[in-house]
Amino acid sequence: MSRPARTLLPGPPPAVRRVRGNAAGGRAWLLAMAVIALPAVLPLAAVATGFWGPDGDVVAHLREHVLPRVAVNTAILVTGVVVGAGLLGTSLAWLVAVFDFPGRRLFSWALLLPMAVPGYVMAFVYIGLLDYAGPVQSALRDWLGEGAALPPIRSTGGVIAVMTLTLYPYVYLIARNAFLTQGRRALEVGRSLGLSPARGFLRVALPMARPWLAGGLLLVAMETLADFGTVAAFNYDTFTTAIYQAWFAMFSLDAALHLAAFLILPVLAVVALERRLRGGARYTPTDARAGLLRLPGLRGWLAAAAAGGVLTVAFLLPFAQLLVWSLPSLAAVDVRFLEATGNSLFLAASGAVLIVAMALLLSYAHRLRPGAAGSTLARVATLGYALPGPVLAVGVFVPLALLSNRLTGWLPADWGTISLQTTLATLLLAYAARFLAVGHTPVDASMQRITPSLDDAAASLGVTGLRRLARIHLPMLKTGLLTGATLVFVDVMKEMPITLMTRPYGWDTLATRVYEFTAEGQWERAALPGVALVLAGLLPVALLTLRADRRAV
Amino acid sequence: MRMTAPRIALACLVAGSAWLAGCADTGSDDEITVYSSRQEHLLQPLLDRYSEETGTPVRLVTDSAGALLQRLQAEGENTPADMLITVDAGNLWQAADLGLLRAIESPTLADNIPAHLRDPEGRWYGLSVRARTIVYATDRVDPSELSTYAALAGDEWRNRLCLRTSKKVYNQSLVAMMIVQRGEERTEEIVRGWVDNLAAPPFANDVAVMEAIRAGQCDVGIVNSYYFGRLQKEEPDIPLALHWANQDAEGRARGVHVNISGGGVVRHTGNAEGATALLAWLSAGEAQHLFAALNLEFPANPAVAPADQVAAWGEFTPNPINVAKAGELQTEAVKLMDRAGYR
Amino acid sequence: MRLELEGIAHEYGSTRVLDDLSLTLEAGRIGCLLGPSGCGKTTALRCIAGFEPIRAGAIRINGETVSTPAHTLPPERRRIGMVFQDYALLPHLTALDNVAFGLHRLPRRRRRDKAREFLRLVGLSRSDDRYPHQLSGGQQQRVALARALAPEPRLVLLDEPFSSLDVDLREHLVREVRDILKRCRATALMVTHDQLEAFAIADEVGVMRAGRIEQWDSPYNLYHRPATRFVADFVGQGALVRGRIAEDGAVEIELGRLQGRLVHRPPTDEISVLLRPDDVVHDDTSPLHATVRHKAFRGAEILYTLALPSGEHVLAMVPSHHNHAIGERIGIRLETDHIVAFPRD
Repeated sequence: MSRPARTLLPGPPPAVRRVRGNAAGGRAWLLAMAVIALPAVLPLAAVATGFWGPDGDVVAHLREHVLPRVAVNTAILVTGVVVGAGLLGTSLAWLVAVFDFPGRRLFSWALLLPMAVPGYVMAFVYIGLLDYAGPVQSALRDWLGEGAALPPIRSTGGVIAVMTLTLYPYVYLIARNAFLTQGRRALEVGRSLGLSPARGFLRVALPMARPWLAGGLLLVAMETLADFGTVAAFNYDTFTTAIYQAWFAMFSLDAALHLAAFLILPVLAVVALERRLRGGARYTPTDARAGLLRLPGLRGWLAAAAAGGVLTVAFLLPFAQLLVWSLPSLAAVDVRFLEATGNSLFLAASGAVLIVAMALLLSYAHRLRPGAAGSTLARVATLGYALPGPVLAVGVFVPLALLSNRLTGWLPADWGTISLQTTLATLLLAYAARFLAVGHTPVDASMQRITPSLDDAAASLGVTGLRRLARIHLPMLKTGLLTGATLVFVDVMKEMPITLMTRPYGWDTLATRVYEFTAEGQWERAALPGVALVLAGLLPVALLTLRADRRAV
Repeated sequence: MRMTAPRIALACLVAGSAWLAGCADTGSDDEITVYSSRQEHLLQPLLDRYSEETGTPVRLVTDSAGALLQRLQAEGENTPADMLITVDAGNLWQAADLGLLRAIESPTLADNIPAHLRDPEGRWYGLSVRARTIVYATDRVDPSELSTYAALAGDEWRNRLCLRTSKKVYNQSLVAMMIVQRGEERTEEIVRGWVDNLAAPPFANDVAVMEAIRAGQCDVGIVNSYYFGRLQKEEPDIPLALHWANQDAEGRARGVHVNISGGGVVRHTGNAEGATALLAWLSAGEAQHLFAALNLEFPANPAVAPADQVAAWGEFTPNPINVAKAGELQTEAVKLMDRAGYR
Repeated sequence: MRLELEGIAHEYGSTRVLDDLSLTLEAGRIGCLLGPSGCGKTTALRCIAGFEPIRAGAIRINGETVSTPAHTLPPERRRIGMVFQDYALLPHLTALDNVAFGLHRLPRRRRRDKAREFLRLVGLSRSDDRYPHQLSGGQQQRVALARALAPEPRLVLLDEPFSSLDVDLREHLVREVRDILKRCRATALMVTHDQLEAFAIADEVGVMRAGRIEQWDSPYNLYHRPATRFVADFVGQGALVRGRIAEDGAVEIELGRLQGRLVHRPPTDEISVLLRPDDVVHDDTSPLHATVRHKAFRGAEILYTLALPSGEHVLAMVPSHHNHAIGERIGIRLETDHIVAFPRD
């Protein structure tokens, strides 16, 4: 099959068209997708059984007294955080991708840093600072008298603000990539048709970046749904806290799974919404010549102040607070602490490599074998991100433990006890079940931007299958792969419940060290591993952004 | 050979299984594996000392209580765990109720630990005691105004009370015990009264409650004794004090609500003897003193002296009802607090 | 509207991309900047559009100064229309909405009517509701043109607008685009590296090299009266042979004296003379001979590369029934009416 040579030229944006392999190859790829989806299917199936689980006393109670409230709360929270992170992430991305202002290069990567600060840390810092008993309000009272007060931080607005600050980088990172590749050009089209930069942003760049923004916002929505640490610090009740309550306070895992099964419904709704928004993802080639717009004088400094303000609030302040807390315990740096750091780095790096490789195969398989079955598998494989960590942990742990028990009984006695549930492989697969969405979103976005005619061209040269993936796609996907790897790396670093449950003996990480102390509210002692966690999380962020800066100034 | 996706997947599976099998853990025979939800830094030094004294290696695996119970359940007969240590009687009761712990006959433990601080069937034993009692601002509250938990529901405390979230098991145990003492109806009334008196939405932890009291947002609260101890240790002349609640209350309501951290021997242990020995070792002498003192708690063994700072808070009468009741009624307590709007 | 560039300069970093570039394009004329890649032609276009600031000189549209080193009028306030190399159609909008997009100052109803009118003008009356990816390359091109023209800009800029079309379509479309631009009485400036495109569409063409315009002239003059060796070389085919100016002013080369007058007299008598393929005529009866070195079949004609006795090469365009083998000696004769010559290196 040959196509007109025209499509090989850098030319008009090609249609979104998937490349079909032959039928037999197609089935093989579908199978590959099924294998990749397996780690996520396991816990999801465990949760889904909760749907038909016993609708007992606990569930009836939750239905009457808890669910109506948490449903409303969850909806408000997700909406608020998605809107907040969307606005903040998109506008900052636009600012650094299109305009030149003092400090732009620095802000371009530094604005990603808040990603490395776990949400529960940010929550604790801001509640500590801004609550009635905190230093800010105390100073205000000393100054202006007893009546002086700020709006309460422990409120719906407060939890939305803090989660927005921790989650906006997901949108920022993805939007920045979109704007760097096509935003300046979109702006020029707008301006050649008489639109000011502001209107060009709203009417051209934003609609064109919509598919990528939708991906970022989906990540934010799922992360918000799954969050426990931050909402718990605010005592803000959501679906997730209700799941915790059913499981840990009312001793009913069945009821917890039942609720988790209900949680999957809004997730599916959000996913469907994202698919609609994504609708017409299309590639517009980069025009490297489109330059930055210089913001002169005061306007430039205002832009720098805005970016600096966000950076201060979302990163510098909480990090400084962590540093202050960690100073007295610097002496506590011992061998075990270094071991935990090493384990964290190792797990995060292997998790990032594994998950990005899975995401790549998933995305490529879907490219070769488009269709409803593939779409569904891709969706299922990434659903784990919306499940609260402990639910996913138990969903992985319990089936594997049962399997191990069977195996132990079945194998010769001198083989000893099999415990698949606490091995590195299981830990990594559980990470995969949880974070595949994080790796998949940027990888898939990059994959979709590769014009299908390239696949045809490669095929015409006899390069197909995995060789084509390696020789044609990989080099073009570098940015997407690195972005995915960074996000996964940072997320694995911060992950607690799965690590706690499925880590092999001795595999303590910085996050489990943090847990040891935060579980009993000893924040000062948790600060040192917290600082190490943030610093280690910064590594890939710095690498990624330095590379991105070299490519697109 | 051309690698296709299925072939690669197969290769991964094979490699993965090899890895999995290689990782299945086996410990030495006399080793003791402890599953614990008590903070590692409170426990590890003791276990190290035990290993030193007896030559028995001890492995510590930490996680939250709920996760550990789930883990024991799933692992069943093949669990590597020999002993479970967790905080809160509710969790211990739950572990026993799920059949995860075995009853042990140990005269030492029976002697050392008072009856109301251990399972009547001997499946778990309290190792340290924490009182959950009233804390107040010494500059704004006269201790004579304070009496019982129930009294904090009175109108005189309107907008003066701070509480931690009802999602913390400590409050669930407290309310469960109140249900035992005063019945469900009366308890719900009391909890509603508390909610009406709150000066601020419930806090995420006890430390925040005490800081709010100090800052003047409220005047009284209910906290675990060791949280107060930690704060007092950092700042000896803090203007807060503990009040032992319910000292003059009538009948079953008499006594401060106490809770325990404690442990038991896992039902499917391969080393019941070793685990029992470790548990007994923890219940007496220097080990028992340290177990409590490291966290500013009271030793469960009345023969062992608490830390000086703890002793300085004075004597109190604890509620004598067996703490296991807290576990039994925990679900009811949670439901009650939900109904009463205590978040 | 009249476009004037007066000695403009532009730099990327420390690289000077445009240097003392001047041109004037009268209202209603179609101009073209022609040059090899990297000559600065696209940068010049971007400066005119207002996307790039200039370092020296001035740009005026219809007498209004739009760019000076001190001030750059934003692109959106220049009232220009631009057709991008890749068309840059908005993928989320239909053809009609793409065209209507630039008409945001009109009331909504008028907007669609006018967009439809311009789609008809470019010959796309039935594609209103199609999305860009449902259109062929040529159709996308027309939509891009309609979008640029619809707001009735003072100046239309076209950046290599035909480069991604195949050859057949290109020839056809170039003519049509010229007709459309003329019908709209638009003033337009295009950049391209393809001289046939430039000659087919433009009234005036500027040949650019290294940030300067070497010659701004009609296509005929560029071919027949190139001002510099570069222009002679870049535009059309031909060969330079050694020659000298005799005392009577006639030009002599190896093959004898040439008829016709020098277009411009070089300062030295030792010169290189440009011989176009149509200057060298195949004639079996001629006493002059040359050896066939290469031949390129062009349908009606064959382009021969011939070696003269001295070893110098010339090109000859010969009707294709004169089919000679490589190595054969054939008779030739020169037919020149004006002579282009440059000082010899």
